[in-house]
Amino acid sequence: MGLLSKKDTKLITDPLADNNPITIQVLGICSALAITAQLKASIVMAVSVMAVLAIGNVVISLMRNIIPSKIRIIVQLVVVAALVIIVDQVLKAYSYELSKTLSVFVGLIITNCIIMGRFEAFALANGPWRSFLDGIGNAAGYGLILIIVGFFRELLGSGTLLGFKVLGDPIEKTGLYAIGYENNGFMLLSPMALIVVGIIIWVQRSRNNALIEDH
Amino acid sequence: MESRTDKNSYTILFAVAMVLIVGALLAFTASSLKPKISENQRIEKQQNILYAMGVNNNDESSASFVSTEEAADLFSKYITKQVVIKNGNATEDEKAYLIDLKKDKAAAAGDASKRNLPVFVGEKDGKTFYVIPIYGKGLWDAIWAYVSLDENMVIQGAYFDHKGETPGLGANIKERFFMDDFIGEHLLDENGNFKGVTVSKSNGDPKNIDKTDNEVDAIAGATITGDGVTAMIKSDLKLYKPYFDNLKNN
Repeated sequence: MGLLSKKDTKLITDPLADNNPITIQVLGICSALAITAQLKASIVMAVSVMAVLAIGNVVISLMRNIIPSKIRIIVQLVVVAALVIIVDQVLKAYSYELSKTLSVFVGLIITNCIIMGRFEAFALANGPWRSFLDGIGNAAGYGLILIIVGFFRELLGSGTLLGFKVLGDPIEKTGLYAIGYENNGFMLLSPMALIVVGIIIWVQRSRNNALIEDH
Repeated sequence: MESRTDKNSYTILFAVAMVLIVGALLAFTASSLKPKISENQRIEKQQNILYAMGVNNNDESSASFVSTEEAADLFSKYITKQVVIKNGNATEDEKAYLIDLKKDKAAAAGDASKRNLPVFVGEKDGKTFYVIPIYGKGLWDAIWAYVSLDENMVIQGAYFDHKGETPGLGANIKERFFMDDFIGEHLLDENGNFKGVTVSKSNGDPKNIDKTDNEVDAIAGATITGDGVTAMIKSDLKLYKPYFDNLKNN
């Protein structure tokens, strides 16, 4: 037997496509809209959510038999808030540059519905190892969408990727700009992120009819 | 059957224990990392000040500072004098860069004469720079800047930063294309009165060739952050006008 059983592998691969937290569960939309104007920000957010979700899931899973059910949401909130603060402080001390990029998103991690959603739906009922895999899988599914949206928004909105001018220089009129291309400023605004997420949902459902809900 | 964990007494005990443990954990983390964090912030300030007077590792498009290891050495090499202006009197102060503008501004409660206004006088290639830190409000949170001026109050360099502006929009004030627009801009109008620099949506000068119009191009989608930059420059740099008048007269 390998490191991961078939069931365990599903925990990681499912959220990437057929049970994606953003496009199928429709969680974590707010942060996906807010921070995807740049690819770099999307990547940093994806990595930090993965750290917080994986560790948080394990902590909640270890505590699942002693948490009083009446205050379980508050307990979950305390765990995620404490984790985020510790991660932020450690980064500030040992990786100051990265922490400056991240600091904007700290609040968004705490309020990220995916984290609370996975604590509530998975970690409270499963063991630590499976919860860890579930955390990694869901954060990866979330990050995947974030990176796709960030890619298109930065490319079409600013003509750059990770800050590199891939389409030429808009002021000097080189590259694509020489033949009359213009950056689409609308891509940088949040509504356009919603539209891009919508397009991803549309593409995904048109390829897999099983995902379409009956109403 | 009601399980053990559903009892009220258990819930209360659990809550108390959790608060104590998490509180202690956070307090421990914060206090043990504090010296390291404030050291980082101090170095960053020195890097920012040096950046504004053109001592940096910039290439064509990115904004990058001198390395953290060199910062302290370069700071003492280039910054020849630190001055604090209070109520019109300028005195030298070695620790001027430790002044917390936010606290200072709050303590003065709108009375500019009570404020401690730091100036960092730097020498580079035989030219004198006056680097001034300013502090204001963006859309979501604080914004601040280090602006270096020559004795005629013409901007020689600027570094903008923010605490929580929107990435891709207001956060772009710390991008080269925005900061570099300020270089060469005059803060005074032709009569020598303080006018500041306005971040303008109707500048009509995208390459920013006209340096005496007291305007730079705004960032699309970042109106309030841009207005914050304008307001910060007008309110804070204005306070230094008497100091520069004095410089010229002597």
